[in-house]
Amino acid sequence: MKPFALFAVLSLVLAGAFFSCGGGSKYVTVGAVGPVTGPAATFGISTKNGDTLAVDEWNANGGVLGKQIKMVFADDKGDPAEGATVYTKLIQQNKVCAIVGTVMSNVSLAGAPICQAAKIPMVATASTNPKVTEVGDYIFRACFIDPFQGTVGADFAYNNLKARRAACIYDLGNDYTKGLAEFFKAQFTKLGGKIVADEGHDHGVTDFKAQLTRIVQAKPDIIYNPDYYNDVALIAKQARELGFKGPLMGGDGWDSPDLVKIGGSAVEGCYFTNHYSKDDTRPVVQDFIKKYQAKFNEVPDALAVLAYDAMNLTLNAIKTAGSTKGPAIRDALAASDFQAVTGEIKFDANRNPIKSAVIIEIKNGQQQFVTTIAPTP
Amino acid sequence: MGKRKLPQMTLIAVLLYALIKVLSLDSIGALNGYFMIIINRSLIFVILTVSLNLINGITGQFSLGHMGFAAVGAYVSGTITTLVLKLSPDVASSYPIFIGAIILGGIGAAIMGFVIGFPSLRLKGDYLAIMTLGFGEVIRIILNNINYVGGPRGLLGIPKFSTFTIIYAFTFFTIVLIRNLVQSSHGRAMLAVRENEVAAELVGVDTTRYKVLGFVVGAFFAGIGGGLLAHLLQIATPTQYGFYASALLLVYVYAGGMGSITGSIIAAFGLTFLSQFLQLGFDSLSNMTGINFGSEWTMVIYALLLILIMLYKTEGLMGMKEAKLLVIEEGTK
Amino acid sequence: MGSIFNTQQVINGLQLGSIYALIALGYTMVYGIVRLINFAHGDFFMVGAYASYGAFYIFNSFLGKGTPLAIVVLIFAMVAGGAIATLANQLAYKPLRYKPKLSSLVTALGVSMFLEYFFSAFPLIGASPLGFPEIIHRATFKIGSAMIDNYVIIDIVVAAILMVGLTLLVQRSSIGRAMRAVSQDKDASKLMGINVENIITWTFLIGGAFAGAAGLLSGMTYPRIDPYMGILPGLKAFIAAVLGGIGNIPGAMLGAYIMGLAETFANAWNSLLGAGIAFIILIIVLLVRPTAILGEKTADKI
Repeated sequence: MKPFALFAVLSLVLAGAFFSCGGGSKYVTVGAVGPVTGPAATFGISTKNGDTLAVDEWNANGGVLGKQIKMVFADDKGDPAEGATVYTKLIQQNKVCAIVGTVMSNVSLAGAPICQAAKIPMVATASTNPKVTEVGDYIFRACFIDPFQGTVGADFAYNNLKARRAACIYDLGNDYTKGLAEFFKAQFTKLGGKIVADEGHDHGVTDFKAQLTRIVQAKPDIIYNPDYYNDVALIAKQARELGFKGPLMGGDGWDSPDLVKIGGSAVEGCYFTNHYSKDDTRPVVQDFIKKYQAKFNEVPDALAVLAYDAMNLTLNAIKTAGSTKGPAIRDALAASDFQAVTGEIKFDANRNPIKSAVIIEIKNGQQQFVTTIAPTP
Repeated sequence: MGKRKLPQMTLIAVLLYALIKVLSLDSIGALNGYFMIIINRSLIFVILTVSLNLINGITGQFSLGHMGFAAVGAYVSGTITTLVLKLSPDVASSYPIFIGAIILGGIGAAIMGFVIGFPSLRLKGDYLAIMTLGFGEVIRIILNNINYVGGPRGLLGIPKFSTFTIIYAFTFFTIVLIRNLVQSSHGRAMLAVRENEVAAELVGVDTTRYKVLGFVVGAFFAGIGGGLLAHLLQIATPTQYGFYASALLLVYVYAGGMGSITGSIIAAFGLTFLSQFLQLGFDSLSNMTGINFGSEWTMVIYALLLILIMLYKTEGLMGMKEAKLLVIEEGTK
Repeated sequence: MGSIFNTQQVINGLQLGSIYALIALGYTMVYGIVRLINFAHGDFFMVGAYASYGAFYIFNSFLGKGTPLAIVVLIFAMVAGGAIATLANQLAYKPLRYKPKLSSLVTALGVSMFLEYFFSAFPLIGASPLGFPEIIHRATFKIGSAMIDNYVIIDIVVAAILMVGLTLLVQRSSIGRAMRAVSQDKDASKLMGINVENIITWTFLIGGAFAGAAGLLSGMTYPRIDPYMGILPGLKAFIAAVLGGIGNIPGAMLGAYIMGLAETFANAWNSLLGAGIAFIILIIVLLVRPTAILGEKTADKI
C-alpha cells in the first residue's frame, strides 16, 4: 500500500506545484532550443545569443501582434532523448506557438516529430541533415543542407584547389559527419576525381594516427574531414606529424574559435564550407556584427547568425500570419521571402531554404572569406 | 500457497490509474502533457530498475550493461513498427500488433541475455561486471554501424504508441510477474545463489540454471522497457543506451535497495522526478544569478548520492523489505 | 597490407601503448592490493591532464617553454593524480574495505561519475574541450619511410623511465616488499607487522601519480582535454591490465603495448573493428583465459 499511496501523494503535490504556472495571454510566447551545456556548449551559447538579440530587437520595436515577445529557452544538452523532453515541455508546459532550434541534426530529428504532431511550427537553426525537414510540413530550417554543402566542398576542391586525389576521414558515431562525407565522395567522383582512402574513426577517441597513416600513404591532394572542430584540430595536427602537407577541408562543424586554439598551425591553409563570413561586406552582415558585438562583446559565429535569422524568420511569419495559431504560422513560413543576414530565405518544396554557401580559409589563425558559391538551379 | 493479494493490487492499481487519468483531463489540467511524459518515463524506469534488481539484487549477479538489453528491445520493436510494418498510432487495430512487437523486443533481449549470461557464468563479481560492460559497448558499436536502423543517427520517426495506459499496464504486469517469480521457489533458489553459491549447490540448487534464469528474465523486461521508451520518445539512438545510462540505473537500484521491488519502484519515481525538479531549480538559479548552472550539477548530485548511499546506507531506502502489498505470504521473506 | 603492418603503424601503436601502460599500472596495482576495479582511475588521468594545463599557465611566465617547464608540469600532474587518488581512497574506498567487494565497485563508479560531472559543471573548467598548450616545441623527422616526432620519443621514454622506477621500487624497496606481501595475504602481512592501510595509501598514491603523468603525456600528444577524456583510455587501459593478468605489474605493461598495437592495426585495417577491438579482446580473454597471459591461477576459497 505504502508505495502506491506515496505515488498518489507525490503526483498530487507535483501537480499542485505546476498548476499555478502556465502562460498569460499578454505575451506571445516563442520557444528556443540549443545545447548550452554538454560538449557542444559553444554551439548552444552562440545560438542563445542570436535568439536573444533577435527577440530583444523585436520587443524594442513594439513586439509582434501588439504584444511583447516572451522567449523560453530550453537546453537540449546535445542529447536526442533530452531534446524530445524539452520540445514536449515547451509545447505542453510553456504553450509556445513556435519553436526555433535546435543546432545538432540528431537532436532536431528527435524534436521534429513532436512539433509535427502538435502542429507547432519548428525552425531548426543549424541542422543541415536533409532528414530533418522530411519529418513533416511544420518543420523548417534556416540553413542549407548537407547534400549542397558536400557538393560545394567537392566542387571547390576539384575546380579551385585542382585536387584530383581525395581522402576522407569521419566520425562513425555521428551521422552528420558520415552523411557529409558521403555527399562529398559522390560529387568528387562524379567530377572525375578519385577517392584514394576512406576511413572512419570511433566517437570520442583522440588518436587517429592509424587511419591517417593509411591516408598519407595513399598520397591524397586533399583530406576531407567533415568532423566537429575539436576532432578536426587533432586530426589536422596528427596528419601534419605524419607528413601530410596539403590542405584539409570540412564543413560548418569547423566553425569555432577553438579550432585554431587547439589546432594551431596545423589548420593553417585549410578550408571549410560555412553559412556566413564575418568578412562579407554586405551592410546587413556588418550591421548585424556591430549589434552583436555591442551586446555580447565577441564576433558572432555562424551558429549565432543562423539563430538570429531563424528567430527573425519565425517572428516575421507570426507577424504576416497575424495569428499565433500553428497552421497560420506554418503557411506564412512556407510562403516566406525573407532577407536574412545569411542571405535571402525562400523555401523549396521540402521546406529547405535555397541559399548560397561561403568558403572560408584559415589564414594566419583567422577565418578568411574566399568565395561565395550559389546553388545551381 | 497463501494469498497472492492479486485482487488488492489490481484494485489499487486501477484506482491510481483512474486518479491520474482524471487529473490529466484537459478540463482539470492538473497534469499536463509534460507531466505525463515524466510520469510515463518514471513508469518505464520502474520496469528497467526492477528488472536490473532481479539480476543484481536478487540473483546476486552484476550487470553493467543493462541498457544494452533495453537497446535490443527498443531496436527490435522499433524496427517492426517503424520500418517493417509502418504502423500508425491513429489506427486502433495496430495496437495489438504494437504490443506483440514490444513482447518480441523483450524476447530478443532475453535471447541476448542468454547469449551473454551463459558464457559469463564462470565469471564472478567484478569480472562479470566488466564482461557485461564489454557486451553493452559492443551492442552500441554494432548499432552504430547498421545503416538499416539509422546508424549513429538512430531509428527515427518511431510511431508514438506508448500511451500512459499501455505503459501503466506493462509496468503493473512487470511488477506482478517479477514479484511472483521472486517469491516462488525459483526466487528462493535465486536468493540462495546470491547468499552462498557453494552452499546452494550443496543443497541441490542448480545454480547455473538460476543464474541464467535471472539474466534471461531481467533482460526480457529490460527489452520491454526499452521498447516502450523508444515508442514514447519516438527515437532510439545507440548513445542513449550506453554505459552511462546503465550506470544511472545502478544508482536507482542501490537507492531503492538491492533486492527490494518496492524500493526500486520508489527510487525510479523519486529520482526521475528529482532530476526534473533539480533541473528547474538550477534553471531558476541560473536566471537569478546570471551564471549558467548546467544540467551537469544534477548528475553531480546523483553521483554524490550514490557514494553516500554506499558509504552510509548500503541497504538503500528499503533494504530487502517489501511493501506489505507486494508480499505474497506473511513470513515468506 | 602494406599500409597496415609497417614501421609507421608500429610506432603509432607503441606511442598509444605507452600512455595505456601508465594508466594500466595504477589499475593493476590497486587491484593487486585491494582487489578493487577502480573505475575512477581513468578520471585520475583526466585530473592529471587538467592539473598540467593549470600548471602550464602558472609556471610558463617564469620558466618559458621547454624541458624544465615540462618537468615541473610533470611533477605537478603526478602530485595532482596521486592526491586525488589518495583522497578518493580515504573518503570513499577505505570505509568499505571490509564490506562486500561490489559495494566498492559501485562506489568507484560513483567517484568516477562525480569527477567527470563536477569538472564539466564547474564554471572555470566546463564541458567544452580545451586546447592543450605546446609545452615542448614539436619537431618532426623522418627515419626510413616513417615519420617520427619528438613526442613519440618523449611518450615512450617517460613511460619507460617511470616503469623502470616502479619495478625497482616494487622489487627492491621495503615499501615494495610490503606491497607484494599485502597483495599475497593481507592478514599474514598484518601479523608480520606491516601497516596494511599505509601500504594501500602508498599504492593509490603511486597509481594516481602514474595516471597523472599519463594525463600530461596524453594532453601533450593529443592536445585536447575535456572532462570525459578519461573514460575510453581508462577502459582500454583496464582491459590491457586484464589482458596482462590483473594484479601483475609486468603483465599490465605488456598488455598495454599489445593493446596499443592491436588497436592501431585494427584501426588501419577497418575502423569498425578498431572501435570494437578492445572489447572483443576483453570478452575473449575473460571467456578463454580469465587469468590472462601472465596471471597466476588462484583457487576460490570457500
